[in-house]
Amino acid sequence: MTRRTLYGWGRTSPSIADVVLANSEEKVAHLFDSSAQVIARGLGRSYGDAAQLSGGVVLDNHELGGIGPIAPNGQVTAGAGVSIDELLQLSIPQGWFVPVTPGTRQVSLGGAFAADVHGKNHHRDGSLAQHVTSLRLVTPTGVFTCSPTENADIFWATAGGMGLTGIITSLTLQLLPITTDQILVDTQRFNSLDTIMDEMSRRDEHYKYSVAWVDCMTKGAHMGRGVLTRGDHATTADVDTPTRTAPRSAALSVPFDAPSGLLNPLTIKAFNELWYRVAPKEKLGQPQSLGTFFHPLDGIGNWNRLYGKRGFVQYQFCVPDSHGDTVVQAIKRLSSSGVPSFLAVLKRFGAGNEGLLSFPSAGWTLALDLPVGPAALPEVLDDLDTMVLEAGGRIYFAKDARLSPDKVAAMYPRLAEFQAMKHRLDPAGQLTSDLARRLRIVGK
Amino acid sequence: MENAFGQPQNVVVLGGTSDIARAVTRKLCAARTHTVVLAGRNQALLDDAAKEAQEYGATKVDTVLFDAQDPSDAARCVSEAFDKVGEKIDLVVIAVGLLGDQLELEVDPIAAARMMTVNITWPVAALTEIRNRLIAQGSGRILVMSSVASIRVRRGSYLYSGAKAGLDRLCEGLADSLIGTGVTLQLLRPGFVRSKMTAGLKDIPFSTGVNEVADNVMRGLASGDRVIYSPPILKYVFGVLRHLPAPLWRKVSDR
Repeated sequence: MTRRTLYGWGRTSPSIADVVLANSEEKVAHLFDSSAQVIARGLGRSYGDAAQLSGGVVLDNHELGGIGPIAPNGQVTAGAGVSIDELLQLSIPQGWFVPVTPGTRQVSLGGAFAADVHGKNHHRDGSLAQHVTSLRLVTPTGVFTCSPTENADIFWATAGGMGLTGIITSLTLQLLPITTDQILVDTQRFNSLDTIMDEMSRRDEHYKYSVAWVDCMTKGAHMGRGVLTRGDHATTADVDTPTRTAPRSAALSVPFDAPSGLLNPLTIKAFNELWYRVAPKEKLGQPQSLGTFFHPLDGIGNWNRLYGKRGFVQYQFCVPDSHGDTVVQAIKRLSSSGVPSFLAVLKRFGAGNEGLLSFPSAGWTLALDLPVGPAALPEVLDDLDTMVLEAGGRIYFAKDARLSPDKVAAMYPRLAEFQAMKHRLDPAGQLTSDLARRLRIVGK
Repeated sequence: MENAFGQPQNVVVLGGTSDIARAVTRKLCAARTHTVVLAGRNQALLDDAAKEAQEYGATKVDTVLFDAQDPSDAARCVSEAFDKVGEKIDLVVIAVGLLGDQLELEVDPIAAARMMTVNITWPVAALTEIRNRLIAQGSGRILVMSSVASIRVRRGSYLYSGAKAGLDRLCEGLADSLIGTGVTLQLLRPGFVRSKMTAGLKDIPFSTGVNEVADNVMRGLASGDRVIYSPPILKYVFGVLRHLPAPLWRKVSDR
């Protein structure tokens, strides 16, 4: 047990906790013997305070390892502490890819399920929980095997439940067969937000993967201009020398905190301009490696240090299709308030799942990286919350570090069901986190 | 819990009826604060400030009485305030202080000693208790109201400025002692602030109102800067003033 300062990927609001390791279900269950408060932590890639607990016990899940053999039908059981990266190192050479991956491979499977992460294929394939066939969950009231058919109510409370229903120790995942390690990518540049959104609405269905990078710093007619990349797995027929090589780890790393203010309106504007200019106007069928396509930022270790000591917040919301104009309004509000934001990620969501606190729901999602510093930022984001709520949308807990607790129940209408289940599994309220306290998701 | 911008939910304000403390409380409540416990020496003023906190968005407010002339009571005051919040504390503001009339005080040993008691001894006793409790919870911030007057003590108010200087320097060390505990301490060094404490004194350059100070506090909570100046330019002004030759300093500081 070591006392450590923990914070999220955005490096705001650190807190101190006793960090413990455990390599078996029995040892995990032991944590609930005392009255200590507990939360599990994976690789610390949630942006805010989801995987920290001031004054409590934080279970670092990385000793919950082990990847079972991949069955002929593509099912594999792995420890909750296994990262998507580790799984891919093993599975890609055997011809299997993960069914869903977020923008980084450096997440633990347990953490990914707890946040019910989504990827570029959400419009077709949904989020991670829809591809998990079974998991083991250690709670203060016992150990459960959960799946969409067994203990389904616990399974769907845990998907997106931010670790508050228990500690996931292992999961069984349905992998996706692939024949090469390449994606055939269509890249198109659009000089306005309307044209991108129009194109995505019309033709995203033709691609397995789709995402757009949007420039939020340009005002006027070109507001929200951006680059749309879509693709599908290449087959052996598509490439001359098919290979199945797993992505390599980061070659470069940011060795220390950049000065706060390195990423300011000027540099961010320049970066966004460059990004837009460098992208081809239209390039179709270009093969890209899995790593380049899915995890571009994994090429630079500790890139969050570029934001300096003050850190940054990521703001991600989703709104139904009928309120696509909320995306336009949000970008307008940001670009007019002078709050700098790095390239925003725009994506279409398919239908949501039964996860009580699962984030994705059909429509649009926009994610923004915002350095902490501008005095107007807290208020601008509060205004965006109101807009999102009025549009029937919500904020993603895994990214959040500043939402007001007053808005949580309205954004997540099944919160009361979640709380009832949580109370059943954890009557003494031992499972909590700084996020859960801040958003009043559970008691103290 | 506080959020990514350092906006707290549970707050204790010692000296909660001062104009600056009230302005800060208003801003905090308008942001994320839902529970505030205000401590002060006058129940009527406390009730008034508590009502205002509610109007600005706090859902739970309470008050604690104390007398800053009695340092032996400081720990009781802090305990009572923490208990009344009943949850983890995100921010403790220490805005306890007395300006006094230097000309009256400097001829009266007992009154001079009282200046030290109120401006430094009581706050240090309270800080000791606060420090222990926040370290135990593994998170929290302390905001201590100092003054730019503490940077270089001037003859016209050596008792007040001197006491603030003591508190300010002590807090610099205290802040360092907290590294690695999850707790942080920030110093607020305002310049001349138009308030009831300074009523009747004439304005000097870089004077501000209390709301401007509160704005700078909100920005300071977000940035985490160890010292928050208000207005921010005073950091540079005093960076120069502190190095003036003494005769020149006396001339400048006498206005």
